Amino acid sequence: MTPRFLLSGDTAVTVEFGDRIDRAVSEAVLHLDALVRAAEVPGVVETVPTFRSLTVHYDPLSTGPDVLVPRIGELVEGARDATPPAKLWRVPASYASVHAPDLADVARRTKLSTEEVVDLHTGIQFHVYMLGFAPGYPYMGDLPESLVLPRRADPRTRVPAGSVAIAASMTAIYPVESPGGWHLIGATPIRLFDPHSPHPALFDPGDAVCFEPISVREFEAIRTAVAAGTYRVPCESLTR
Amino acid sequence: MTAALEVLAPGLHTTVQDLGRIGYQNVGLPASGPLDRVSLRLANALVGNPPGTPALEMLLQGATFSVAANSVRVALAGSDGAIEIESSRVRAVPAGQSVRLVRGDVFQVRAFGDSVAAYLAIEGGPDIAPLLGSASTYVRSGIGGFHGRALRRGDRLPLARDGADVRDERALARPVDLGLDLPIRVVLGPQHDYFTDDAIATLLSSDYVVSNHADRMGYRLDGPALVHAKGYNIVSDGTVVGAIQVPGSAQPIILMADNQTTGGYPKIATVISADIPVVARRKPGRAIRFVAVDVENARGLRREQEAALLRDIADLRRVAPTGEIDLSALYTENLVSGVTRAFDDSPLAAR
Repeated sequence: MTPRFLLSGDTAVTVEFGDRIDRAVSEAVLHLDALVRAAEVPGVVETVPTFRSLTVHYDPLSTGPDVLVPRIGELVEGARDATPPAKLWRVPASYASVHAPDLADVARRTKLSTEEVVDLHTGIQFHVYMLGFAPGYPYMGDLPESLVLPRRADPRTRVPAGSVAIAASMTAIYPVESPGGWHLIGATPIRLFDPHSPHPALFDPGDAVCFEPISVREFEAIRTAVAAGTYRVPCESLTR
Repeated sequence: MTAALEVLAPGLHTTVQDLGRIGYQNVGLPASGPLDRVSLRLANALVGNPPGTPALEMLLQGATFSVAANSVRVALAGSDGAIEIESSRVRAVPAGQSVRLVRGDVFQVRAFGDSVAAYLAIEGGPDIAPLLGSASTYVRSGIGGFHGRALRRGDRLPLARDGADVRDERALARPVDLGLDLPIRVVLGPQHDYFTDDAIATLLSSDYVVSNHADRMGYRLDGPALVHAKGYNIVSDGTVVGAIQVPGSAQPIILMADNQTTGGYPKIATVISADIPVVARRKPGRAIRFVAVDVENARGLRREQEAALLRDIADLRRVAPTGEIDLSALYTENLVSGVTRAFDDSPLAAR
Protein backbone atom coordinates (compact mmCIF):
# COMPACT_ATOMS: atom_id res chain seq x y z
CA MET A 1 0.00 0.00 0.00
CA THR A 2 1.61 3.27 -1.10
CA PRO A 3 0.88 6.19 1.23
CA ARG A 4 0.59 9.93 0.66
CA PHE A 5 2.71 12.23 2.81
CA LEU A 6 0.84 15.29 4.15
CA LEU A 7 2.43 18.19 6.01
CA SER A 8 0.93 19.18 9.36
CA GLY A 9 2.71 22.50 9.76
CA ASP A 10 6.38 22.22 10.79
CA THR A 11 5.81 19.72 13.62
CA ALA A 12 4.32 16.61 12.00
CA VAL A 13 4.12 14.55 8.85
CA THR A 14 0.92 12.59 8.32
CA VAL A 15 1.37 9.35 6.38
CA GLU A 16 -2.02 8.66 4.81
CA PHE A 17 -2.89 5.17 3.56
CA GLY A 18 -6.52 5.84 2.64
CA ASP A 19 -9.52 8.03 3.24
CA ARG A 20 -11.97 5.53 4.71
CA ILE A 21 -12.40 3.07 7.57
CA ASP A 22 -10.93 -0.19 6.31
CA ARG A 23 -9.17 -3.05 8.06
CA ALA A 24 -6.40 -3.32 5.47
CA VAL A 25 -5.71 0.41 5.75
CA SER A 26 -5.67 0.15 9.55
CA GLU A 27 -3.24 -2.80 9.46
CA ALA A 28 -0.89 -0.80 7.21
CA VAL A 29 -1.06 2.19 9.58
CA LEU A 30 -0.41 0.09 12.69
CA HIS A 31 2.41 -1.83 11.02
CA LEU A 32 4.16 1.40 10.05
CA ASP A 33 3.62 2.74 13.57
CA ALA A 34 5.50 -0.25 15.00
CA LEU A 35 8.30 0.16 12.44
CA VAL A 36 8.74 3.91 13.07
CA ARG A 37 8.82 3.35 16.84
CA ALA A 38 11.37 0.55 16.51
CA ALA A 39 13.55 2.60 14.16
CA GLU A 40 13.95 5.37 16.76
CA VAL A 41 14.32 7.97 14.02
CA PRO A 42 16.21 11.01 15.38
CA GLY A 43 13.95 14.00 16.01
CA VAL A 44 10.72 11.97 16.01
CA VAL A 45 8.83 12.85 19.19
CA GLU A 46 5.78 10.59 19.05
CA THR A 47 3.47 8.81 16.63
CA VAL A 48 -0.33 8.72 16.51
CA PRO A 49 -2.12 6.03 14.50
CA THR A 50 -5.68 6.73 13.32
CA PHE A 51 -8.16 4.91 11.09
CA ARG A 52 -6.34 5.86 7.94
CA SER A 53 -3.06 7.56 8.70
CA LEU A 54 -0.05 7.73 10.97
CA THR A 55 0.83 11.18 12.28
CA VAL A 56 4.55 11.40 13.03
CA HIS A 57 5.26 14.33 15.37
CA TYR A 58 8.80 15.72 15.17
CA ASP A 59 10.93 18.45 16.71
CA PRO A 60 11.39 21.09 13.99
CA LEU A 61 14.67 22.18 15.61
CA SER A 62 16.22 18.78 14.89
CA THR A 63 14.58 17.31 11.81
CA GLY A 64 12.09 17.95 9.02
CA PRO A 65 10.15 16.40 6.15
CA ASP A 66 13.23 16.54 3.89
CA VAL A 67 14.75 13.79 6.06
CA LEU A 68 11.65 12.11 7.46
CA VAL A 69 9.65 11.54 4.27
CA PRO A 70 12.36 9.47 2.56
CA ARG A 71 13.20 7.66 5.82
CA ILE A 72 9.56 6.71 6.45
CA GLY A 73 9.25 5.79 2.78
CA GLU A 74 12.06 3.26 3.25
CA LEU A 75 10.27 1.79 6.26
CA VAL A 76 7.06 1.41 4.23
CA GLU A 77 9.03 -0.27 1.41
CA GLY A 78 10.78 -2.64 3.77
CA ALA A 79 7.61 -3.64 5.63
CA ARG A 80 7.10 -7.38 5.89
CA ASP A 81 3.82 -9.22 6.29
CA ALA A 82 4.40 -9.89 9.98
CA THR A 83 1.96 -7.80 12.00
CA PRO A 84 3.00 -6.38 15.35
CA PRO A 85 2.00 -8.36 18.47
CA ALA A 86 -1.39 -7.53 19.96
CA LYS A 87 -3.75 -8.70 22.68
CA LEU A 88 -7.29 -10.04 22.82
CA TRP A 89 -9.29 -8.59 25.74
CA ARG A 90 -12.47 -10.17 27.10
CA VAL A 91 -14.43 -7.25 28.51
CA PRO A 92 -17.26 -8.02 30.95
CA ALA A 93 -20.36 -5.97 30.07
CA SER A 94 -23.84 -5.74 31.50
CA TYR A 95 -26.65 -5.15 29.02
CA ALA A 96 -29.33 -4.89 31.75
CA SER A 97 -31.73 -2.00 31.28
CA VAL A 98 -30.22 -0.14 34.26
CA HIS A 99 -26.92 -0.06 32.34
CA ALA A 100 -28.34 0.29 28.84
CA PRO A 101 -30.58 3.36 28.51
CA ASP A 102 -30.67 3.19 24.70
CA LEU A 103 -30.85 -0.59 24.15
CA ALA A 104 -34.62 -0.73 23.65
CA ASP A 105 -34.48 2.25 21.29
CA VAL A 106 -31.64 0.67 19.30
CA ALA A 107 -33.65 -2.57 19.05
CA ARG A 108 -36.70 -0.66 17.81
CA ARG A 109 -34.73 1.32 15.25
CA THR A 110 -32.84 -1.70 13.95
CA LYS A 111 -36.01 -3.87 13.94
CA LEU A 112 -34.26 -6.43 16.16
CA SER A 113 -35.08 -7.73 19.62
CA THR A 114 -32.89 -6.49 22.49
CA GLU A 115 -31.60 -10.08 22.81
CA GLU A 116 -30.58 -10.05 19.15
CA VAL A 117 -28.75 -6.74 19.58
CA VAL A 118 -26.84 -8.15 22.57
CA ASP A 119 -26.09 -11.41 20.74
CA LEU A 120 -24.70 -9.49 17.78
CA HIS A 121 -22.60 -7.19 19.98
CA THR A 122 -21.17 -10.06 22.06
CA GLY A 123 -20.57 -12.27 19.03
CA ILE A 124 -17.95 -10.06 17.36
CA GLN A 125 -14.22 -9.83 17.87
CA PHE A 126 -13.71 -6.07 17.51
CA HIS A 127 -10.53 -4.43 16.22
CA VAL A 128 -9.24 -1.36 18.10
CA TYR A 129 -8.65 1.05 15.21
CA MET A 130 -7.44 3.97 17.30
CA LEU A 131 -7.73 5.86 20.59
CA GLY A 132 -8.92 9.44 20.49
CA PHE A 133 -11.72 11.88 21.40
CA ALA A 134 -10.74 11.46 25.08
CA PRO A 135 -7.84 9.71 26.86
CA GLY A 136 -8.22 5.95 26.39
CA TYR A 137 -11.38 6.19 24.23
CA PRO A 138 -11.22 3.19 21.85
CA TYR A 139 -12.82 3.27 18.41
CA MET A 140 -13.62 -0.40 17.74
CA GLY A 141 -15.14 -2.03 14.69
CA ASP A 142 -16.80 -3.27 12.80
CA LEU A 143 -20.47 -3.60 13.67
CA PRO A 144 -22.63 -5.63 11.28
CA GLU A 145 -24.79 -3.62 8.85
CA SER A 146 -27.87 -4.46 10.89
CA LEU A 147 -26.57 -2.49 13.90
CA VAL A 148 -25.36 0.58 12.02
CA LEU A 149 -27.17 3.72 13.21
CA PRO A 150 -26.27 7.41 12.97
CA ARG A 151 -25.32 9.22 16.17
CA ARG A 152 -28.11 10.44 18.45
CA ALA A 153 -29.79 13.64 17.29
CA ASP A 154 -29.45 15.07 20.82
CA PRO A 155 -26.07 14.25 22.37
CA ARG A 156 -26.00 13.73 26.14
CA THR A 157 -24.06 16.24 28.20
CA ARG A 158 -23.09 13.47 30.65
CA VAL A 159 -22.35 9.89 29.69
CA PRO A 160 -21.22 7.76 32.68
CA ALA A 161 -17.73 6.24 32.67
CA GLY A 162 -17.82 2.61 31.51
CA SER A 163 -20.76 3.09 29.13
CA VAL A 164 -20.62 0.74 26.15
CA ALA A 165 -21.84 2.61 23.11
CA ILE A 166 -22.42 2.23 19.38
CA ALA A 167 -22.63 4.65 16.46
CA ALA A 168 -22.18 4.12 12.73
CA SER A 169 -19.97 1.02 12.27
CA MET A 170 -18.15 1.52 15.60
CA THR A 171 -18.49 0.55 19.22
CA ALA A 172 -16.68 2.27 22.10
CA ILE A 173 -16.38 2.44 25.87
CA TYR A 174 -16.41 5.85 27.60
CA PRO A 175 -13.27 5.84 29.81
CA VAL A 176 -14.42 8.78 31.94
CA GLU A 177 -17.68 10.65 32.29
CA SER A 178 -17.98 12.99 29.34
CA PRO A 179 -20.47 14.41 26.86
CA GLY A 180 -21.39 11.97 24.12
CA GLY A 181 -23.71 11.34 21.22
CA TRP A 182 -23.46 7.57 20.85
CA HIS A 183 -26.19 5.04 21.74
CA LEU A 184 -25.61 3.48 25.17
CA ILE A 185 -26.34 -0.27 25.00
CA GLY A 186 -24.46 -1.51 28.06
CA ALA A 187 -21.79 -0.81 30.64
CA THR A 188 -18.56 -2.34 31.86
CA PRO A 189 -17.14 -2.01 35.39
CA ILE A 190 -13.52 -2.15 34.18
CA ARG A 191 -11.24 0.88 34.06
CA LEU A 192 -9.93 1.84 30.62
CA PHE A 193 -7.59 4.67 31.54
CA ASP A 194 -5.41 5.08 34.61
CA PRO A 195 -3.10 8.11 34.50
CA HIS A 196 -1.19 6.73 37.49
CA SER A 197 -0.05 3.71 35.49
CA PRO A 198 3.03 4.09 33.27
CA HIS A 199 0.96 2.40 30.54
CA PRO A 200 -2.21 4.42 31.14
CA ALA A 201 -4.53 3.04 28.44
CA LEU A 202 -5.73 -0.54 28.80
CA PHE A 203 -6.05 -1.11 25.05
CA ASP A 204 -3.49 -0.35 22.39
CA PRO A 205 -4.48 0.35 18.80
CA GLY A 206 -4.43 -3.01 17.02
CA ASP A 207 -5.72 -4.98 20.02
CA ALA A 208 -8.88 -7.09 19.74
CA VAL A 209 -11.84 -6.84 22.12
CA CYS A 210 -14.75 -9.19 22.81
CA PHE A 211 -17.64 -8.32 25.12
CA GLU A 212 -18.74 -11.03 27.59
CA PRO A 213 -22.26 -10.58 28.99
CA ILE A 214 -22.52 -10.41 32.79
CA SER A 215 -25.40 -9.93 35.23
CA VAL A 216 -25.98 -6.83 37.32
CA ARG A 217 -24.77 -8.80 40.36
CA GLU A 218 -21.52 -9.76 38.57
CA PHE A 219 -21.14 -6.15 37.45
CA GLU A 220 -21.23 -4.97 41.06
CA ALA A 221 -18.81 -7.69 42.19
CA ILE A 222 -16.29 -6.79 39.46
CA ARG A 223 -16.69 -3.11 40.17
CA THR A 224 -15.82 -3.71 43.82
CA ALA A 225 -12.79 -5.78 42.80
CA VAL A 226 -11.65 -3.10 40.35
CA ALA A 227 -11.86 -0.47 43.10
CA ALA A 228 -9.83 -2.74 45.39
CA GLY A 229 -7.23 -3.29 42.66
CA THR A 230 -7.78 -7.06 42.63
CA TYR A 231 -9.43 -7.45 39.22
CA ARG A 232 -7.54 -8.18 36.01
CA VAL A 233 -9.33 -8.01 32.69
CA PRO A 234 -9.03 -11.43 30.98
CA CYS A 235 -6.50 -11.12 28.20
CA GLU A 236 -4.52 -13.36 25.86
CA SER A 237 -2.07 -12.99 23.00
CA LEU A 238 -3.82 -12.37 19.76
CA THR A 239 -3.15 -14.86 17.01
CA ARG A 240 -4.12 -13.70 13.55
CA MET B 1 4.00 23.49 57.64
CA THR B 2 5.37 22.95 54.14
CA ALA B 3 6.27 25.95 52.02
CA ALA B 4 3.40 27.11 49.87
CA LEU B 5 1.74 29.90 47.99
CA GLU B 6 -1.72 30.40 49.42
CA VAL B 7 -4.31 31.36 46.83
CA LEU B 8 -6.32 34.40 47.95
CA ALA B 9 -7.92 34.92 44.53
CA PRO B 10 -7.41 32.39 41.70
CA GLY B 11 -7.88 34.59 38.62
CA LEU B 12 -10.00 33.20 35.78
CA HIS B 13 -8.03 30.09 34.88
CA THR B 14 -4.70 29.53 36.62
CA THR B 15 -3.02 26.17 36.04
CA VAL B 16 0.35 24.51 36.55
CA GLN B 17 2.08 23.97 33.20
CA ASP B 18 5.54 22.78 32.19
CA LEU B 19 6.71 22.13 28.62
CA GLY B 20 4.07 19.43 28.15
CA ARG B 21 3.33 15.72 28.42
CA ILE B 22 5.04 14.05 25.51
CA GLY B 23 4.35 10.54 24.24
CA TYR B 24 0.68 9.85 25.03
CA GLN B 25 -1.15 11.36 22.09
CA ASN B 26 -1.51 7.83 20.70
CA VAL B 27 -3.83 7.04 23.63
CA GLY B 28 -5.80 10.26 23.21
CA LEU B 29 -4.00 12.41 25.79
CA PRO B 30 -2.91 15.82 24.46
CA ALA B 31 0.48 17.22 25.38
CA SER B 32 -1.03 20.26 27.18
CA GLY B 33 1.78 22.52 28.39
CA PRO B 34 1.83 26.31 28.01
CA LEU B 35 -0.16 28.21 25.39
CA ASP B 36 2.93 30.45 25.12
CA ARG B 37 6.06 28.34 25.53
CA VAL B 38 8.41 31.30 24.92
CA SER B 39 7.04 33.25 27.88
CA LEU B 40 7.11 30.21 30.18
CA ARG B 41 10.82 29.73 29.42
CA LEU B 42 11.57 33.42 29.94
CA ALA B 43 9.78 33.44 33.29
CA ASN B 44 11.78 30.40 34.42
CA ALA B 45 15.06 31.98 33.28
CA LEU B 46 14.28 35.12 35.29
CA VAL B 47 14.14 33.14 38.54
CA GLY B 48 17.08 30.89 37.58
CA ASN B 49 15.08 27.74 36.87
CA PRO B 50 15.75 25.14 34.16
CA PRO B 51 13.50 25.89 31.13
CA GLY B 52 10.93 23.15 31.77
CA THR B 53 10.25 23.86 35.44
CA PRO B 54 6.48 23.96 36.11
CA ALA B 55 5.09 27.50 36.37
CA LEU B 56 1.65 29.04 36.75
CA GLU B 57 -0.21 29.95 33.58
CA MET B 58 -2.85 32.65 34.11
CA LEU B 59 -5.41 33.46 31.45
CA LEU B 60 -6.86 36.98 31.09
CA GLN B 61 -6.78 37.74 34.81
CA GLY B 62 -4.06 37.37 37.39
CA ALA B 63 -4.24 35.58 40.73
CA THR B 64 -3.49 36.87 44.23
CA PHE B 65 -1.26 34.91 46.60
CA SER B 66 0.05 35.07 50.13
CA VAL B 67 3.60 33.83 50.71
CA ALA B 68 3.58 30.92 53.18
CA ALA B 69 7.32 30.20 52.98
CA ASN B 70 10.38 31.84 54.50
CA SER B 71 11.00 33.53 51.16
CA VAL B 72 10.22 32.95 47.51
CA ARG B 73 11.47 34.44 44.25
CA VAL B 74 8.92 34.94 41.46
CA ALA B 75 8.85 36.54 38.02
CA LEU B 76 6.15 37.29 35.49
CA ALA B 77 6.47 36.97 31.70
CA GLY B 78 4.16 36.93 28.71
CA SER B 79 2.31 40.16 29.33
CA ASP B 80 2.98 43.78 30.07
CA GLY B 81 1.32 43.41 33.48
CA ALA B 82 3.02 43.61 36.84
CA ILE B 83 3.35 41.90 40.17
CA GLU B 84 1.85 44.22 42.78
CA ILE B 85 3.05 43.61 46.32
CA GLU B 86 1.23 44.65 49.45
CA SER B 87 3.55 44.43 52.41
CA SER B 88 4.83 47.35 54.45
CA ARG B 89 4.21 49.51 51.41
CA VAL B 90 2.58 48.82 48.08
CA ARG B 91 5.00 48.45 45.22
CA ALA B 92 4.94 46.87 41.76
CA VAL B 93 7.49 44.85 39.84
CA PRO B 94 6.94 44.87 36.09
CA ALA B 95 6.79 41.72 33.97
CA GLY B 96 10.27 40.64 32.91
CA GLN B 97 11.90 41.13 36.30
CA SER B 98 12.28 38.82 39.31
CA VAL B 99 11.51 39.76 42.90
CA ARG B 100 12.13 38.08 46.24
CA LEU B 101 9.24 38.07 48.69
CA VAL B 102 9.05 36.98 52.29
CA ARG B 103 6.54 35.19 54.48
CA GLY B 104 3.28 37.06 54.79
CA ASP B 105 3.75 39.17 51.68
CA VAL B 106 0.61 39.36 49.59
CA PHE B 107 1.09 39.79 45.86
CA GLN B 108 -1.27 40.16 42.98
CA VAL B 109 -0.64 39.63 39.29
CA ARG B 110 -2.35 42.62 37.71
CA ALA B 111 -4.38 42.63 34.50
CA PHE B 112 -2.40 41.80 31.44
CA GLY B 113 -2.83 44.62 28.99
CA ASP B 114 -3.21 43.05 25.60
CA SER B 115 -2.10 39.45 26.14
CA VAL B 116 -4.20 36.40 27.04
CA ALA B 117 -1.59 34.42 28.96
CA ALA B 118 0.96 35.32 31.60
CA TYR B 119 3.39 33.01 33.36
CA LEU B 120 4.46 33.26 36.97
CA ALA B 121 7.64 31.30 37.59
CA ILE B 122 8.77 30.43 41.10
CA GLU B 123 12.41 29.77 42.01
CA GLY B 124 12.65 25.99 42.46
CA GLY B 125 9.11 25.55 41.12
CA PRO B 126 5.99 24.19 42.77
CA ASP B 127 6.31 20.81 44.48
CA ILE B 128 4.16 18.84 42.03
CA ALA B 129 4.94 15.21 41.28
CA PRO B 130 5.01 14.64 37.52
CA LEU B 131 2.25 12.47 36.12
CA LEU B 132 3.19 10.56 32.97
CA GLY B 133 6.38 12.57 32.80
CA SER B 134 4.90 16.04 33.20
CA ALA B 135 3.38 18.42 35.75
CA SER B 136 1.15 20.04 33.11
CA THR B 137 -2.55 20.24 33.91
CA TYR B 138 -5.11 18.80 31.49
CA VAL B 139 -8.24 20.12 33.14
CA ARG B 140 -10.74 18.46 30.80
CA SER B 141 -9.70 15.01 32.04
CA GLY B 142 -8.56 16.11 35.50
CA ILE B 143 -4.99 14.96 34.84
CA GLY B 144 -1.73 16.40 36.18
CA GLY B 145 -0.86 19.70 37.83
CA PHE B 146 -2.55 20.70 41.09
CA HIS B 147 -5.21 17.98 41.55
CA GLY B 148 -5.94 18.05 37.83
CA ARG B 149 -7.68 21.41 37.93
CA ALA B 150 -7.32 25.17 37.92
CA LEU B 151 -6.40 26.83 41.23
CA ARG B 152 -9.19 27.91 43.57
CA ARG B 153 -9.39 30.33 46.46
CA GLY B 154 -7.94 28.74 49.59
CA ASP B 155 -5.63 26.30 47.75
CA ARG B 156 -2.09 25.96 49.06
CA LEU B 157 0.27 25.39 46.15
CA PRO B 158 3.21 23.50 47.67
CA LEU B 159 6.68 24.81 46.83
CA ALA B 160 9.82 22.77 46.28
CA ARG B 161 11.91 25.25 48.29
CA ASP B 162 11.22 27.06 51.56
CA GLY B 163 13.65 29.89 50.83
CA ALA B 164 14.98 31.82 47.85
CA ASP B 165 18.67 32.63 47.42
CA VAL B 166 19.69 36.12 48.45
CA ARG B 167 21.16 37.60 45.27
CA ASP B 168 20.61 40.29 42.67
CA GLU B 169 17.37 40.11 40.75
CA ARG B 170 17.29 39.52 37.00
CA ALA B 171 15.50 41.52 34.35
CA LEU B 172 15.06 41.37 30.60
CA ALA B 173 17.57 43.60 28.81
CA ARG B 174 14.94 44.64 26.27
CA PRO B 175 11.17 44.31 26.08
CA VAL B 176 9.85 41.20 24.33
CA ASP B 177 7.76 41.88 21.27
CA LEU B 178 4.49 40.06 21.89
CA GLY B 179 3.75 40.26 18.15
CA LEU B 180 0.18 41.41 18.69
CA ASP B 181 -0.06 42.95 15.22
CA LEU B 182 2.12 40.53 13.24
CA PRO B 183 0.62 38.32 10.52
CA ILE B 184 0.38 34.64 11.49
CA ARG B 185 2.35 32.31 9.26
CA VAL B 186 0.82 29.01 8.15
CA VAL B 187 1.79 25.98 6.11
CA LEU B 188 -1.17 24.97 3.90
CA GLY B 189 -2.71 21.58 4.60
CA PRO B 190 -2.89 18.78 5.53
CA GLN B 191 -6.38 18.90 3.93
CA HIS B 192 -6.35 22.08 1.86
CA ASP B 193 -7.58 19.94 -1.05
CA TYR B 194 -10.93 19.69 0.80
CA PHE B 195 -11.49 23.40 0.16
CA THR B 196 -12.23 25.53 -2.89
CA ASP B 197 -9.46 27.72 -4.29
CA ASP B 198 -11.59 30.67 -3.22
CA ALA B 199 -11.57 29.41 0.37
CA ILE B 200 -7.77 29.29 0.43
CA ALA B 201 -7.57 32.77 -1.13
CA THR B 202 -10.09 34.00 1.47
CA LEU B 203 -8.08 32.52 4.35
CA LEU B 204 -4.93 34.28 3.15
CA SER B 205 -6.48 37.66 2.38
CA SER B 206 -9.08 38.32 5.08
CA ASP B 207 -9.08 39.61 8.62
CA TYR B 208 -10.29 37.04 11.13
CA VAL B 209 -11.14 37.95 14.71
CA VAL B 210 -10.58 35.82 17.82
CA SER B 211 -14.09 35.00 19.11
CA ASN B 212 -15.22 34.60 22.71
CA HIS B 213 -14.99 30.84 22.20
CA ALA B 214 -11.28 30.68 22.92
CA ASP B 215 -9.76 28.40 25.52
CA ARG B 216 -6.82 26.02 25.96
CA MET B 217 -8.38 23.54 23.50
CA GLY B 218 -8.73 25.98 20.65
CA TYR B 219 -9.41 29.52 19.50
CA ARG B 220 -12.50 29.84 17.34
CA LEU B 221 -12.25 32.70 14.85
CA ASP B 222 -14.97 34.81 13.24
CA GLY B 223 -14.61 35.94 9.66
CA PRO B 224 -15.47 35.18 6.03
CA ALA B 225 -16.74 31.62 5.50
CA LEU B 226 -14.25 29.01 4.28
CA VAL B 227 -16.21 26.92 1.81
CA HIS B 228 -15.56 23.18 1.72
CA ALA B 229 -15.22 21.56 -1.69
CA LYS B 230 -15.74 17.96 -0.50
CA GLY B 231 -17.92 18.23 2.62
CA TYR B 232 -16.80 18.88 6.17
CA ASN B 233 -16.55 15.35 7.52
CA ILE B 234 -13.38 13.34 7.07
CA VAL B 235 -12.46 10.02 8.59
CA SER B 236 -10.55 11.03 11.74
CA ASP B 237 -6.85 11.60 11.48
CA GLY B 238 -4.16 13.05 13.72
CA THR B 239 -4.07 16.72 14.70
CA VAL B 240 -1.29 19.05 15.81
CA VAL B 241 -1.26 22.22 17.87
CA GLY B 242 -1.82 25.02 15.36
CA ALA B 243 -4.00 23.02 12.98
CA ILE B 244 -6.78 25.21 11.54
CA GLN B 245 -9.85 23.00 11.56
CA VAL B 246 -12.94 24.06 9.65
CA PRO B 247 -16.18 22.39 10.81
CA GLY B 248 -19.60 22.75 9.19
CA SER B 249 -19.95 26.34 10.41
CA ALA B 250 -17.20 27.25 7.86
CA GLN B 251 -15.51 29.30 10.62
CA PRO B 252 -11.93 28.26 11.46
CA ILE B 253 -10.74 26.92 14.82
CA ILE B 254 -7.02 27.00 15.68
CA LEU B 255 -6.22 23.99 17.87
CA MET B 256 -4.19 24.89 20.96
CA ALA B 257 -2.31 23.08 23.75
CA ASP B 258 -5.22 20.93 25.00
CA ASN B 259 -6.25 19.94 21.46
CA GLN B 260 -8.04 16.67 20.84
CA THR B 261 -5.34 14.40 19.46
CA THR B 262 -7.49 13.28 16.52
CA GLY B 263 -10.24 15.01 14.64
CA GLY B 264 -12.84 14.54 11.96
CA TYR B 265 -12.86 17.97 10.32
CA PRO B 266 -10.61 18.98 7.43
CA LYS B 267 -7.67 21.21 8.31
CA ILE B 268 -7.11 23.90 5.71
CA ALA B 269 -3.72 25.04 7.06
CA THR B 270 -1.49 24.81 10.13
CA VAL B 271 0.03 27.68 12.11
CA ILE B 272 3.82 27.29 12.20
CA SER B 273 5.35 26.40 15.55
CA ALA B 274 7.13 29.76 15.92
CA ASP B 275 3.78 31.56 15.73
CA ILE B 276 1.81 29.40 18.20
CA PRO B 277 2.82 31.67 21.12
CA VAL B 278 1.92 34.70 19.01
CA VAL B 279 -1.59 33.35 18.35
CA ALA B 280 -1.92 32.33 21.99
CA ARG B 281 -1.49 35.94 23.15
CA ARG B 282 -4.36 37.32 21.04
CA LYS B 283 -7.37 38.22 23.13
CA PRO B 284 -10.96 37.76 21.97
CA GLY B 285 -11.74 40.67 19.66
CA ARG B 286 -8.23 40.92 18.21
CA ALA B 287 -7.60 40.44 14.51
CA ILE B 288 -5.64 37.63 12.88
CA ARG B 289 -4.35 37.72 9.33
CA PHE B 290 -2.71 34.65 7.79
CA VAL B 291 0.18 34.39 5.37
CA ALA B 292 1.46 31.13 3.82
CA VAL B 293 5.07 29.94 4.04
CA ASP B 294 6.65 26.62 3.12
CA VAL B 295 7.77 24.13 5.73
CA GLU B 296 11.52 24.79 5.38
CA ASN B 297 10.79 28.50 5.88
CA ALA B 298 8.75 27.62 8.93
CA ARG B 299 11.62 25.61 10.41
CA GLY B 300 14.02 28.49 9.74
CA LEU B 301 11.69 30.89 11.54
CA ARG B 302 11.50 28.51 14.48
CA ARG B 303 15.33 28.34 14.63
CA GLU B 304 15.47 32.15 14.60
CA GLN B 305 12.93 32.33 17.40
CA GLU B 306 14.90 29.81 19.45
CA ALA B 307 18.13 31.76 18.90
CA ALA B 308 16.44 35.03 19.89
CA LEU B 309 15.04 33.42 23.05
CA LEU B 310 18.45 32.05 24.02
CA ARG B 311 19.92 35.54 23.40
CA ASP B 312 17.26 37.14 25.61
CA ILE B 313 18.10 34.63 28.35
CA ALA B 314 21.88 35.13 27.97
CA ASP B 315 21.44 38.91 28.08
CA LEU B 316 19.37 39.04 31.28
CA ARG B 317 20.76 41.92 33.33
CA ARG B 318 21.26 42.09 37.05
CA VAL B 319 19.09 44.44 39.03
CA ALA B 320 19.77 45.48 42.60
CA PRO B 321 17.03 44.19 44.91
CA THR B 322 15.91 47.77 45.52
CA GLY B 323 15.07 48.21 41.86
CA GLU B 324 11.33 47.88 42.22
CA ILE B 325 9.14 50.57 40.80
CA ASP B 326 7.18 52.81 43.09
CA LEU B 327 3.56 52.14 42.30
CA SER B 328 2.38 55.74 42.43
CA ALA B 329 5.09 56.67 39.95
CA LEU B 330 3.99 53.81 37.74
CA TYR B 331 0.42 55.03 37.70
CA THR B 332 1.15 58.71 37.24
CA GLU B 333 4.06 58.61 34.84
CA ASN B 334 3.09 55.53 32.84
CA LEU B 335 6.61 54.12 33.05
CA VAL B 336 5.58 50.75 31.73
CA SER B 337 3.62 51.03 28.54
CA GLY B 338 0.31 49.27 28.70
CA VAL B 339 0.12 48.75 32.43
CA THR B 340 -1.94 51.82 33.17
CA ARG B 341 -4.13 51.08 30.21
CA ALA B 342 -4.59 47.54 31.47
CA PHE B 343 -5.82 48.77 34.81
CA ASP B 344 -8.64 50.58 33.04
CA ASP B 345 -9.85 47.33 31.49
CA SER B 346 -11.98 44.89 33.33
CA PRO B 347 -10.46 41.51 32.45
CA LEU B 348 -14.00 40.21 32.19
CA ALA B 349 -14.86 42.73 29.52
CA ALA B 350 -13.03 40.59 26.99
CA ARG B 351 -14.99 37.43 27.75
